[in-house]
Amino acid sequence: MSTVITVENLGKKYLLRHQSGKQPYVALRDVLSDGVRNLGRKLLGRSNATERGAEQEEFWAIKDVSFEVKQGDRIGIIGRNGAGKSTLLKILSRITEPTTGSIRIKGRVASLLEVGTGFHPELTGRENIYLNGAILGMGRAEIKKKFDEIVDFAEIEKFLDTPVKRYSSGMYVRLAFAVAAHLEPEILVVDEVLAVGDAQFQKKCLGKMEDVSAKEGRTVLFVSHNMGAINKLCNDSIWIHHGRIHGFGNSSDVIRVYNASVAGETQTQLPVAGNEFAPLSVRSLQLVNADNVESVSFSCDEPVRILMSLEISHCIPGMYGYVEIFDQYGETILVSDTFDAGVNILEQLGAGVHDIELHIPPRTLGHGEYSLTLDFSSPQSDRTIRPDSTSVLHLDRVLRFSLDDFTTTRGNTRRGHLSTIIAWKTLVQHNS
Amino acid sequence: MDQPEIIIKPGMGALHYWRDIWRYRELFFFLAWRDILVRYKQTAIGIAWSVLRPLLTMVVFTIVFGKLAKLPSNGVPYPIMVYAAMLPWQFFANSLTESSNSLIDNSNLLTKVYFPRLIVPAGSVIVSMVDFLISAIILGGLMAWYRFVPDMRILFLPAFFMMAFMASFGAGLWLSALNVQYRDFRYVVPFLVQFGLYISPVGFSSAIVPEEWRFLYFLNPMVGVIDGFRWALLGDAFPVNWPGFALSFVLVSLILASGLFYFRRMERSFADVV
Repeated sequence: MSTVITVENLGKKYLLRHQSGKQPYVALRDVLSDGVRNLGRKLLGRSNATERGAEQEEFWAIKDVSFEVKQGDRIGIIGRNGAGKSTLLKILSRITEPTTGSIRIKGRVASLLEVGTGFHPELTGRENIYLNGAILGMGRAEIKKKFDEIVDFAEIEKFLDTPVKRYSSGMYVRLAFAVAAHLEPEILVVDEVLAVGDAQFQKKCLGKMEDVSAKEGRTVLFVSHNMGAINKLCNDSIWIHHGRIHGFGNSSDVIRVYNASVAGETQTQLPVAGNEFAPLSVRSLQLVNADNVESVSFSCDEPVRILMSLEISHCIPGMYGYVEIFDQYGETILVSDTFDAGVNILEQLGAGVHDIELHIPPRTLGHGEYSLTLDFSSPQSDRTIRPDSTSVLHLDRVLRFSLDDFTTTRGNTRRGHLSTIIAWKTLVQHNS
Repeated sequence: MDQPEIIIKPGMGALHYWRDIWRYRELFFFLAWRDILVRYKQTAIGIAWSVLRPLLTMVVFTIVFGKLAKLPSNGVPYPIMVYAAMLPWQFFANSLTESSNSLIDNSNLLTKVYFPRLIVPAGSVIVSMVDFLISAIILGGLMAWYRFVPDMRILFLPAFFMMAFMASFGAGLWLSALNVQYRDFRYVVPFLVQFGLYISPVGFSSAIVPEEWRFLYFLNPMVGVIDGFRWALLGDAFPVNWPGFALSFVLVSLILASGLFYFRRMERSFADVV
């Protein structure tokens, strides 16, 4: 297979402006007033040339990135938020220029960094198909040829001539996806777009992408936080960390190492057990899935198990603990304390190391991103350690994890905090 | 592989740029088509607005300059004289206003898709062209009303229109790029447009401008365009000052060339700044 993308020493530098409280963009007003001020200083002989420079800071969003992609490869790009994945895609799609290095691409590139780019709410579905198609790089003849197929795929025949502002969000997303799914470039660049849309439709799109890339040898670059989707779609994955390539290889291997590292990083944030006066310390804290594998992304259909290893040096009377789970907006979703078991299990523990498991049953938390806080308190805590509170140990948001709903019809568009499945039963039939 | 190879490097934006513009011509038409469609869909008064605005301005100018100030109109009905100038002026003013905001309004596109950015302000000028055509029809109506028949010179009108287009596009390029860089530049644009209306011969004819001010007067590139329109539409009553016109033309070309240059230079950073 021939190489279609060659990336060499790619780097992208941004200048961060440190002007707190001001808009992110430059105002002519400021440029003019700064100019006048500097002129004034110069005239007065008090030039201070370094002042403006000091307000800026360099930031490399991407640095020294090199890799090659062969024709027909499906490459996943993973990494934490802000690692530089999107910047890499933007450079690949020629939206922004690199600062250093080069990329050579053979073939037509279509990038899908957002679903429904350029959709106009006032225009009808039909008009938006043409507009969006053109924006994604299709010619008019090409769109015309695929028009019926697109409409079929999106399942919106009836609403073709309705302005999309009247569409439900599901219809809107389906239409946007349908256009994108019918793109036929040699190289397709896709950013976290499958995060929206219902699960069934997501599957349909993934299936379509898989189909085309397998049959027609299309090259796909795919950024996602959904490790399941990456694992399914991509043969190889690139792991980007702080703007550099941290790992590149077989998807399942890279994902495994990545997951372990994300979980591992949170462990390193834990306090060291060395404080001999601390009555209690957390040796380890991790999340594992049903198969006992450490993970940070779960399906709503599997349990989320919190494993911790506690070292108790001396028992504190009345000590209890709780776990608090927050959603991505910082709202408390769930609190569980050691009294949940009926009796406070902590009081029964003697000195030594204890492994404790908390089992959040499947179909409890809804899809989304969560963080977890662990707290141990005692009304009689040793005031010499923490004079101001009853807290013995407080680990604020030490773990982050996410859940995806793959099986219900609404999937990740299902609203609400819970993923509990409730039975709907017909009890009595009334014949009126 | 028969596919063209794309090379992405720092500072490489210029390579194949014009070929790219050709390749993205369909997107260009679609964007212009969208703007026109949206414009006339959104407001019931859409088309009426593009009719009313120049018409009312014409009425005011006729009353103020023609009836109150009693400025000469060289034997041509004052409303027609005003409207013949209003045509290119409105086109220019609308283009400036539309294109100066065009990049900001399309920022979601700029940050998500690649295409030669030039087609965005160019599309705005095309949209203003629709208003221009509507206005032209009204002028035709006015001429019929006053039983005024233009002569063969009207064949030159496309040439003057090209000049109006160049001026609008050039200035539009400058303003749209400046507007991305300095977000408060949009406050300058309405002032420019209003100011321009008074230093251009819209409400009056160039003939009343004193000889010693002529050079300064023709530094306004729209003077050449408007004089050309009047000459082509209204005939000998409005002779063109050819040296002045040449100066206007040189300035228009300069604005377009420098606008292209500045836009191309700033274009690379649009996605990062907008």
